[in-house]
Amino acid sequence: MIGFATRRLLQAMIVMLVVSLLAFTMFRFVGDPINQMVGVETSIEEREALRERLGLNDPIAVQFYHFLSKAVRFDFGTSYQFHQPVSDLFAKRIPATLELSFASAIFALAVGVPMGIFAGLNRESALSKLFLSVSLIGISLPTFFIGILLIFLFSVTLQWLPSFGRGETVQIGSWWTTGFLTVSGLKALILPSITLGLYQMTLIMRLIRAEMLEVIRTDYIKFARARGLPDRLVNFRHALKNTMVPVITITGLQLGAIIAFATITETVFQWPGMGLMFLQAVQNVDIPIMSAYLLLTAFLFVMINFIVDILYFFIDPRLRVGRP
Amino acid sequence: MPTVSNEEAKAAVQDRSEAVAPQGRMARALDSDLFHAFLKSRITVVAAIGTLILFALAALAPWIAPHDPFDLASISIMDARVPPVWMDYSDPRFPLGTDDQGRDLLSGIFYGMRISLIVGFCSVIAAAVIGITLGLIAGYAGGRVDAIIMRIADVQLTFPAILIALLIDGIANGIVGNLDREVFAFYILIVSLALSFWVQYARTVRGSTMVEKNKEYVQAARVIGIPPAIIMARHILPNVMGPVLVIATINLALAIVTEATLSFLGVGMPPTQPSLGTLIAIGNDFLYSGEWWIAIFPGLALALLVLNVNLLGDWLRDALNPKLR
Amino acid sequence: MSVLDIKDLTVEFPSRKSVFVAVDDVTLSVEAGKVLGIVGESGAGKSTVGNAVIGLLQEPGHIARGEIYLHGARIDQLPYSEKRRLRGRKIGMIFQDPLTSLDPLQTVESQLVETIRTHLPLSSRAARKRAVELIDAVGIPNPGERVKQYPHQFSGGMRQRVVIALALCAEPELVIADEPTTALDVSIQAQILDLMKRLCEERNVAMMVITHDMGVIADITDHVAVMYQGRLVEYGETRQVLGTPNHAYTQSLISAVPRHDVRVERFPVVNYIEKAGTPQKQIDISTHWLGKVRDYEKVTGPLVQVRDLDMRFETRGSVFRSRRKYFQAVRKVSFDIQEGETFGLVGESGSGKSTIARLITGLYQPSGGSVQFGTTELTSLKNRKEVLAMRRQMQMIFQDPFSSLNARMRVREIIAEPIRFHRLASGNAEVRQIVDDLLDHVGLGAQAGKKFPHEFSGGQRQRISIARALATRPRFLICDEPTSALDVSIQAQILNLLKDLQEELGLTMLFISHDLAVIRQMCNRVGVMRNGDLCEVADCDRLFEAPQHAYTRELLSLMPSLDLLSRANLETV
Repeated sequence: MIGFATRRLLQAMIVMLVVSLLAFTMFRFVGDPINQMVGVETSIEEREALRERLGLNDPIAVQFYHFLSKAVRFDFGTSYQFHQPVSDLFAKRIPATLELSFASAIFALAVGVPMGIFAGLNRESALSKLFLSVSLIGISLPTFFIGILLIFLFSVTLQWLPSFGRGETVQIGSWWTTGFLTVSGLKALILPSITLGLYQMTLIMRLIRAEMLEVIRTDYIKFARARGLPDRLVNFRHALKNTMVPVITITGLQLGAIIAFATITETVFQWPGMGLMFLQAVQNVDIPIMSAYLLLTAFLFVMINFIVDILYFFIDPRLRVGRP
Repeated sequence: MPTVSNEEAKAAVQDRSEAVAPQGRMARALDSDLFHAFLKSRITVVAAIGTLILFALAALAPWIAPHDPFDLASISIMDARVPPVWMDYSDPRFPLGTDDQGRDLLSGIFYGMRISLIVGFCSVIAAAVIGITLGLIAGYAGGRVDAIIMRIADVQLTFPAILIALLIDGIANGIVGNLDREVFAFYILIVSLALSFWVQYARTVRGSTMVEKNKEYVQAARVIGIPPAIIMARHILPNVMGPVLVIATINLALAIVTEATLSFLGVGMPPTQPSLGTLIAIGNDFLYSGEWWIAIFPGLALALLVLNVNLLGDWLRDALNPKLR
Repeated sequence: MSVLDIKDLTVEFPSRKSVFVAVDDVTLSVEAGKVLGIVGESGAGKSTVGNAVIGLLQEPGHIARGEIYLHGARIDQLPYSEKRRLRGRKIGMIFQDPLTSLDPLQTVESQLVETIRTHLPLSSRAARKRAVELIDAVGIPNPGERVKQYPHQFSGGMRQRVVIALALCAEPELVIADEPTTALDVSIQAQILDLMKRLCEERNVAMMVITHDMGVIADITDHVAVMYQGRLVEYGETRQVLGTPNHAYTQSLISAVPRHDVRVERFPVVNYIEKAGTPQKQIDISTHWLGKVRDYEKVTGPLVQVRDLDMRFETRGSVFRSRRKYFQAVRKVSFDIQEGETFGLVGESGSGKSTIARLITGLYQPSGGSVQFGTTELTSLKNRKEVLAMRRQMQMIFQDPFSSLNARMRVREIIAEPIRFHRLASGNAEVRQIVDDLLDHVGLGAQAGKKFPHEFSGGQRQRISIARALATRPRFLICDEPTSALDVSIQAQILNLLKDLQEELGLTMLFISHDLAVIRQMCNRVGVMRNGDLCEVADCDRLFEAPQHAYTRELLSLMPSLDLLSRANLETV
């Protein structure tokens, strides 16, 4: 167990190192950072002084080292657009994104998993065919268009739910703000979290169904049936548990994807999260925000993967117990 | 060991049907189980026809579209935001209405679909070429080469494709600069889509290659003395193309969606060469003022296109998966 | 009174073009404490009988006519829920592959306990106790501890014992075993058969064993039913059916079984089966391309000399040398093969015999030792031209006819590839002519070249493999289990073909098999392998009559007795 966890942790660290190298390369070589920071009227001498002060004349390895040691302390420099420290900008927006992602993930899992199990077990039933058709539509509709349709229906036409923003928020602690505690905050959460979760929900449903169908064809399920075990035992104890091994991996990846897809949903709903900020950064080539976002999401993804691997380890005895 | 169990029944069925198998390649294809399964699934037939029609509309846009949305001479700002024909204040010249600059929406959709499909096909082909090549090499060579290629793929797979496309787009725009953005937008899009989708091909092809290379027909080729490059191209590649075809179909849908998303977010195709995503982005601003058609019609066209391609891909995956037969 | 009665059973599989009758009007019965064997080749419908009895026919198969009775009560028309209650409780089932029959995520105990408690009114503690007793009864040592383990912690043979325990755990009256030992090594096969026979007698259970293997039938069954293309062609007491078969199919099937007790000149060709190979077109080897230009150097002494050959595979990689783990597949093996002889290598799976074939052909690089071919040291070849010249002289025929041919190439292209690659013919017309002649010569006929491999049966594909191997005009042919995937009647044809070709072309052969009987029929000298070691090398007849090594003696003692089998039609040497 400890060997397994350390190996995975080591891999995670290597991934983070590679990503930070990318972020650094982006930060250092895309466009000239000096040009972005100063006005047109700054003299060459002043630019040179700034370059020296920022350490841009040091050897690349040293610069990378400085970049890393700052990144570990959440110091990503100053935004080109806002002229504020990137870390402050993110701190303000992280709660919004995480709350939205959390709500969508719950929605995707709570609806997708039961639907997938049902469709896998009752392959021929009309309801599972309906699920499958609906899920295909869900996959085919781009996230942003689902958002637009929902806004058009529930905000513009019916005027039931707000079309943008987080509603009222409550401050918790020094920097976390939550929309979970006010009515307007909860109402504002409904449309964005459905928009964001729908795609993952259909994906999870289809995945579970497909895995179920494959597992049901294996010899050990046939043998379980030949032993006369009741369907309940065969389906849930044997088939479902074996389905979970691949499903957990992919679901983990999908939950990571939610954070990235939040960018789109946040744009459609003008949700004040870090995705929206990242998008504005991409449009305006605001490299410090881009590289900070890259590192931050990479960190979140890597953590999710790590947790998934550990879960995997508990589910599959073939990883846990060696051959005698 | 002899093949036993219920498989024997199937094998025997095949044996006996051999006698009546029709001759000729076309006749055989029409008689194949795949084609019959295709006809049996009515929804797939509908999807196939739908896809063909949409592809044809896109390909023939310059000839069949009622207006040319790029011809500035024929566009009048006076025609801006005309609603579709069944509503009040409509204009019979514009069946689905017009956008904010007075361009015919129906023609815009034909042309937009054309751009969406061109970007989609180009990026799928580029991604497939990169992915298949790297996957074949990684799977066949194994060892360190494999480790390096697959570690890169693993790291990249941690990130969703849309994020990678966004990043590459952002970086490319940083390098190109804002001025040339419109000129390069098309190429930047294809590069960023191809680079975010190659991993899937590489992983699949690598997996199949590792299975195939241990099969005895590859060993037989090696015993004959045939060099690795020819073995990969002549023997392994044709045998791993099945799953690639499935991925490519589903990927086409995904590429179209991703392109539309990027364009919607304002980092894809510029308003001067609007794809479906760009059209939706334009329309989105007018959603609240009641001019819903500008966003919704291109959106429905996009959804229809992607749905049809997805239906085909979905069926192809089930039909080519021997485990589900 | 009989436990199971099957009357006029007919099972149909409707397909798009026709209805396939998998089982045609079969009537059988099994008595308590007795073993009934159902034997037949692939496609005979024998497994379908078992699946029909237990009610697990695969869609769209269904019972079209006939009745099935268990202890006089009709069971084929029971509703689903009642059929399910019979399974496990009244009828137990044992499948072919123990590696995939058990749920990998559940301990052996939990799989046993859930089955016991489904069928018997026992507390969970009593069920656990019973699980341990069962594991003990099927001969797994240390049952109290082993029962807590997961399937992947058991070897193949041990897993099949667990499967047997699961089939027996609710005390069924009938056990259906579908190829229960086909996936196992010879030595384990004998143990499992003994166990099944013993349990069946002790517990007074009726057993139905479905197999393609005459040895299994001769070993444990009391009655035997011979099936051919869905029909029951012969049915009676095992001793009588095997000793004096009445039906022509049974006769030819029995005479095609390779025997380890006598050596025959040629296998009697099974003439009952219509699809025997088309007659070979005679080509005159002395003038034909195939026999011409054998520009190989003359060798004095052995053609192949294997010296201290060593092969180990890394099973666990690590940066640290001390933490790496290896599997020693071949350990210091030395032997010679004389020009023109057939040298056999025999051993169980994992004994390293196939690894040796791959080391000689250069598919693997040895970790140590040397292989000398003629006067050339193969392991020291650097120059690509020299390597190719060697490759051309030795070819290999593989085990699995389904994967040894590229499914995307036409047969003609498959056979032409080596000729073109080594530039052995001038121009396309000559290549074409040679390919046609080769196809004729291996008994397929030239028109086969236009087709793809999937249009052929296993035996026909193996002929294609042989034609491809001959296409480089080799002098040394390695056959790696060339017939172990084939039915006995087809096996006999292929072995005859290989014998003929060797005589005509003066080939030297390395013949690898797990089947001692096949080895005896094919080889001049034999090496016995075990866990990577070569235990014994001896002349073939000497090995069978006076084995020196203890392991050889053990292997021979495990061979199923074929005394019961009729010896009609055999021309012994």
